[in-house]
Order: sequence, then C-alpha cells, then structure tokens
Amino acid sequence: MRGLVELYVQQFKTSLASMLQYRAALVIWLIGHVLDPLIYLVVWSAVSRSRGGSVGAYGTAEFAAYFIVLMLVNHATYTWIMYEYEYRVRHGTLSFALLRPVHPIHSDIADNISSKVVTLPLILAAAAVLALVFRPVFHPVPWAVAAFAPALLLAFVLRFLMEWMLALAAFWTTRVSAINQAYFIAMLFLSGQMAPLALLPRPLQLIADALPFRWTTSFPVELLLGRVDFPLALAGIGVQIAWLLLFLVLLRLVWRAGVRVYSAVGA
Amino acid sequence: MASPPAIRIRDLRKTYKVAERAPGVRAALKSLVRRTVQEVPAVDGISFDLAPGEIVGFLGPNGAGKTTTLKMLSGLLYPTSGEVTVLGRIPSMREKEFLRQITLVMGQRNQLVWDIPAADSFELNRVIYRIPSKDYHQTLDELVALLDLEPLLRKPVRNLSLGERMKCEVAAALLHKPRMVFLDEPTIGLDVTMQRRIRAFIAEYNRRYGATVLLTSHYMADVEALCRRVVVIHHGRLLFDGELSALLERFTAHKTIIVRLEDCQTDLRAYGEVLSCEDGVATLRVPKTRTARVTERLLADLQVIDLTVEDPPIEEVIDLVFSQEGL
Repeated sequence: MRGLVELYVQQFKTSLASMLQYRAALVIWLIGHVLDPLIYLVVWSAVSRSRGGSVGAYGTAEFAAYFIVLMLVNHATYTWIMYEYEYRVRHGTLSFALLRPVHPIHSDIADNISSKVVTLPLILAAAAVLALVFRPVFHPVPWAVAAFAPALLLAFVLRFLMEWMLALAAFWTTRVSAINQAYFIAMLFLSGQMAPLALLPRPLQLIADALPFRWTTSFPVELLLGRVDFPLALAGIGVQIAWLLLFLVLLRLVWRAGVRVYSAVGA
Repeated sequence: MASPPAIRIRDLRKTYKVAERAPGVRAALKSLVRRTVQEVPAVDGISFDLAPGEIVGFLGPNGAGKTTTLKMLSGLLYPTSGEVTVLGRIPSMREKEFLRQITLVMGQRNQLVWDIPAADSFELNRVIYRIPSKDYHQTLDELVALLDLEPLLRKPVRNLSLGERMKCEVAAALLHKPRMVFLDEPTIGLDVTMQRRIRAFIAEYNRRYGATVLLTSHYMADVEALCRRVVVIHHGRLLFDGELSALLERFTAHKTIIVRLEDCQTDLRAYGEVLSCEDGVATLRVPKTRTARVTERLLADLQVIDLTVEDPPIEEVIDLVFSQEGL
C-alpha cells in the first residue's frame, strides 16, 4: 500500500512536469471545456426567456447555476483514456506498461488527477466569469451539499472505471472511434450534459436512471443544486456504489481477456 | 554447472494469424464476406538453454523470429506451444516477482517520458520497482558514472541526441538491477563510439551483477565483443547454437591471405582467387583446407615481405549462414 501511495505521488509529479511544458495546449483545452456548457447555457436561456422565464422547474438563473456546476463536475470526472488506448495498443507503448510490475491503471489515475489539479484554477476562473455574466441562483440544501463530496468522488471513480474498461476495446478492434462516438452520444443525452435530466421525456428519464451515465455526472450536480430529496440521495449513492463494484469486476475480466488477445497477436 | 538454467526453451513455437487478400477492389469486397487467414509461423520449434551469467548473441536476419522470441521470454507474448521458463518462472503469467527481475530494452522504442528530464523517469522507475532508496542511489551513481550521464540527467528527453537517449534508456531499464536482461538491437542507429560505449557497459553490467544477457544485434561488432556463444535462427528455426568461433569455423570455407611483395607484377592467379592487388599488397581468397599449402608455396616461390592469414570478416560469414537454406 505504501508503495502504491509513493507511485501515485511520483506519477503525479511526473505528469505535472509533462503537462506544464505545454501551456498553449492548456488554454486550447480550456476553451473546449468551457464552450460546450456555454453553448447549452445560451440555448436554454433563450428557450426559457421565450417561454416567459422558465422551462419546467428551471428559470434562466437556474439554468445558469446548472450548467456552471455541470461544467465543474464534468471537469472533475472526465477522462481522455478512450482516445489514448488505441494509440497505446497500435504503437506498442502498452508493451512497456505490461513489462512493469504494477497494473497500468494506477499511472492513469494519477495522471488524470494531476491534470485536474493543474487545470482546476483555470476552470474555476472560467466558472467565475460565467457566473458574472449569467447570474446564477442557487438553492442549496445543507445535507445535500455535504453529500455532494462523496457523490462526486464516487462519480469520478465510477466514470474512470467505466471509460477505462471501454477503452480496452482497442485490444479487439483498431476502429475504436465508432465505439467512442456512440458512448459520447449516450453521455450527452443521458448524463445531463445537454439538458437537465428532469426536462427529458419520462421514458428517457427512466433509461437515464437505469444506466450508469447519470450517476457519473448529473447526480452530484442535482445534489449541489438541492434538486434531490433525501431518500433519492441515499438511493443514488447506493446505485453509484453498485455500478462501481460491477465495473470493478468487469474491468478485471475484460483486462485479462484483452491482455490475452494482445499477447496472442503481438504489437 | 549445477545451477538451473536462467532460460530454458523447449520446442517453442509462435504462429501468427494474418488476414490475407489480393490487391484490388474486388479482392477487398470478397474479403468482407470471407476472410482468408494465413497461419504464419514466426518461431517454429526452437530449443536452447542459457546458464546464469551468460551473455549470448541471438542472431538472424530480419523476420527470423528474434523479437518474437524475446517477447515470449519477457512475457509479452503467449507461445502457441512449447515450454519456456525464465529464472524458473513462466513468463506469460507475468507475475510481479518475475517482472521485477527482468528487463527488455528495445533499441527502436523508448520508455522514457518524452517531455521531462530522464532523472524524473528514473524516479518513476524507482517507485514502480519499489527499489529501496539506498540501493537506488547507489545503482544510479554507478550507472551515471559508467555511462557518463551526469550532463544529460536534467535535460528533457526530447532534447537529447539518439545516442544520449539510448544511454538513458539503458540506465532506466537497469535501475532495478534485473538478473535477466533482454536487449533487442540496443545499438541500432548509434555511431561507432557510442556503440562501443554501450557495449562496454553491457559487459561491465554482466560482470558486476552476474546478470544473464540475451542480445540481438545487426552489428556483428557487438556480438564479437560481448558473446562467446551465439544462437542463430532463420525462418523461426534454430540454425546454430555454440561458440562464435565454432560458427566461423563451420561456415567459412575460405581464408584470406594478405601478402606484401617486392614485385607486384607477379601473376598470383595460380595461388588462389585474387581479390585485390594494389601498391604491392595482394589479397587472396583460398579454400580453408589449402591455406597451409598455398602459404608455403607463396613463401617459397616469391619475394615475400610480409604475409598474414585471416578469417573473413564475421559479417561475411553470417551472410553466408543466412543464405544457406535448410541446413
């Protein structure tokens, strides 16, 4: 365990050093991450104004609060591993990872966290600017705000495991972009990135509840905005834990099978 | 020689399945429906052992199956059939204890993180291999001294020259003091001085730590300098396993005689094949069995100032070995 902690610390430092080499890339990254929620925010603000100030339970100021918090939560939980794995498999850099006496997921987690630390001030600054422009209104509920922290942590781990597992598709096919595309569309609709899930038609809401996407992003946002009652909050954390355990088991199985395929074909 | 072998390979095979199709649109469409899969044997039943502490050269032309074998030995590839044990373990199980004791250096690939100084990558390896701090600093100091790394440690890896980078790669791969070292073309693309440097280092590492080394190289100088024993494979099969000198003995039918003469006008064709004749120095190629007799005759018949008998260059021999199919 101590060894693992040391590994995280060292990997963290390494990733940090690597990342700070490319300051321009950081800015480009930031623009991408702010633009998405900004576009939806502008669209939904317009829709709400045209409807006399609100859509469902969301007024213009509530939309602003929703998309600004969503941006922050999304920043905390997103990964880029699905883009990276194909390269690793195809160029054989995965071989080096396989030669090491440590599971490669650890360096990916540490790498992800260090990137989040570097970009946190940028995303917070962006959130502050958006708040000045769009004037969000919050209705916080103290216990729900307290529950936000564990829910966010669970969301991060859940999304990481899920996307790391999906990234392993690269072991079986060299055309992972189709899988990635399908995944991101599902994510867009069912995790609340395009619109608050409460505004979706009932059948879509049920699907969103049954699948893992909501629990990786939307759920912590809903908590912080005080839009979840206590029983649902508890159930939500239970669902997060259940998905997380399921993905942990799946990940083990898929990883083993994937390495077997990789080792059969060679790189 | 009571100790168990460091590497034990018995009837090792690896067959790749390769999808094949003829060129052209029609063939492409046909392959959508029905895929023809060709089985390509990359390694086709080889057996050999390495004793602990040995340095062995693993030779063969491109595509002979060297890298495939090294990957099976380091646990990156599952064998199709046959047995492999390395340090008493089955590599493909990839046990942590096994991985901590081996290393694989690939001359054409790099493991160092591109954007940061090598020293940071070394630190990362320290925690990955759980090297105790004291051991780490001692080994690092030794590697820095042996490879003259001091001026390189603080520069981002991407700013290093190929040779400098290779030195750092080798150091990174050996920080955990592996008992088993696989080197796949460690000197490829390096200039002669750097090649010599890496070579001397490998010899020193082997001497100092008693590590077993299996090395592939296209530079015969590497093999000559480091390996008494060579294993030669071709088309996935074992062609030769023994001392380098025995390989030369077995596969060279000729020797080269170089004579310096008082009078270079003499026609030497009666003595053997004349390879060159310039400035009073003639180079003759003669069948090995006749070397003694020809030398005798040259000395008796002509005004010889100097005469030397040489084996042909090792490259030539290896070339000869590879060109002889089905030995």
